[in-house]
Amino acid sequence: MSLNEQLIAFMTILRKEIGRFMRIWTQTLVPPVITITLYFVIFGSLIGSRIGSMGGVGYMEFVVPGLIMMAVITSSYTNVVSSFYGAKFQRFVEEILVSPTPNYIILMGFVMGGVARGLGVGLIVTLVAMFFTDLYIHNVFVTVAIVVLTSVFFSIAGFINAIFANSFDDISIIPTFILTPLIYLGGVFYSTDLLSGFWAGASKLNPILYIVNTFRYGILGISDIDVTWAFIMIAVFTAVGFAYSMHLLNSGKRLRQ
Amino acid sequence: MTIALSIQQLGKVYDNGFAALKGIDLEVKQGDFFALLGPNGAGKSTTIGIISSLIQKSSGRVQIFDKSIDDDFSAAKKYLGIVPQEFNFSGFEKVFTILVNQAGYYGLPKALAKQRAEKYLKALGLWEKRSEVGRHLSGGMKRRLMIARALVHEPRLLILDEPTAGVDIEMRRSMWVFLRELNEQGTTIILTTHYLEEAESLCRNIAIIDHGEIVENCSMKNLLSRLHQEALVLDVKNSLLEAPQIEGFELKLVDEHSLEVVVVRGQTINQLFAGLNKVGVEVVSMRNKSNRLEELFVNLINSGAA
Repeated sequence: MSLNEQLIAFMTILRKEIGRFMRIWTQTLVPPVITITLYFVIFGSLIGSRIGSMGGVGYMEFVVPGLIMMAVITSSYTNVVSSFYGAKFQRFVEEILVSPTPNYIILMGFVMGGVARGLGVGLIVTLVAMFFTDLYIHNVFVTVAIVVLTSVFFSIAGFINAIFANSFDDISIIPTFILTPLIYLGGVFYSTDLLSGFWAGASKLNPILYIVNTFRYGILGISDIDVTWAFIMIAVFTAVGFAYSMHLLNSGKRLRQ
Repeated sequence: MTIALSIQQLGKVYDNGFAALKGIDLEVKQGDFFALLGPNGAGKSTTIGIISSLIQKSSGRVQIFDKSIDDDFSAAKKYLGIVPQEFNFSGFEKVFTILVNQAGYYGLPKALAKQRAEKYLKALGLWEKRSEVGRHLSGGMKRRLMIARALVHEPRLLILDEPTAGVDIEMRRSMWVFLRELNEQGTTIILTTHYLEEAESLCRNIAIIDHGEIVENCSMKNLLSRLHQEALVLDVKNSLLEAPQIEGFELKLVDEHSLEVVVVRGQTINQLFAGLNKVGVEVVSMRNKSNRLEELFVNLINSGAA
């Protein structure tokens, strides 16, 4: 395929992916916004007003970046895992597999579909957050770069999950038992300064801690961790995830008998 | 003569150890209308799966026109259109969108994709359904949608895996007309089907596959010429109590208005009718007891099993 034909194939997959989550917007865009709004109301406004400050800022300001990132992570992941597994389950993934579309275009198309939904939901949640607190961006580059990179990484993770999934149960296991606990323990609601000893050390093994803190740094200018290190880590994870996804596609694992 | 599909020593052993294909060789010439027949589990769908890249081969070579699927799969895929046995389109997408997207996967610009989608939806009588979602179509319409989808990039080789399964007779006949026209316009067509009269009516050449091996590969004419006898059913006007005795023919009474007779090679139907005329039996209509190709097919498969 020529470069132009590959671009057309990529845009076709991306357009189809965006069309899919827009068509079922009540299932894809509204629920995360409602959930995060409830977090704003309960943790930020009701309980937060009694907590006072966290990490040197008001509690509402502290939790907002983490909650936005939580919405981006879960939306990116669930979009790709459900879309690609659905295509596999209903077998219409074969439409793409029999075509000359290169594997990296297939991967990029689905991943960018996840990024589109992740960033879309992140944007809506940010707009909702502005009803609860004033938002200023401390470093635009860090904020945009970390949110895009995070969305790409979790979209790739969703893609890998979809390839291995054999049932709809399999696509909810990772979000329920791994992703959600990591997000909750990743410094969304508290500063790791509050932890001591073992738990402070254990938190350092949680990649979401680095993501949330880097995003928080981009917005508020405060962070529990080294932002440069966080960028390197997430970039390496993304590159490894991309390479592994390509290996799975090229080997035909779980896709071609 | 250009070869549209060349298969050499193609083998497939699944992970559970089952050898679905045992080194088959097959050639289909450009412009041919070719039947690939075989009983369930013979290896037809595995062969098609390998050609379309949905199944990975264990050994052998496959070439579509001049492109090997190992060396230049992207180019080979552009030549190929596949109509699978199972429905494999999104039930939630509109018919028109399914075709436009499929064209996009082949790198066709959107304007051309829309033009092609319209052309093939109209050709297959689905234009009125273009705004319906896939799952709302009837079984026959779904089959035609998959044919339209496979044609949207205008492949030189079209492979149809049981395209008329579950389709009513009228619809099946109209699909035959469409496929014949497509073949006349230059598209090479390979067809698998369980309706043997379909293969006999449409295809010029045939291969029969059984237990992962090609047991017959020749022209349809050649195969049918091997038929040594034909069983005919005669509907008679008179009410009969027993089968009449005609010299050289063995007639069997099916019911009081039907006779069954076997005509072997060398005998003519005129001889039979002359004999019936002599004993005063008037024939109203006549038909084959079973499809001619079906008889040969069953014989070939049974001789292989023996």
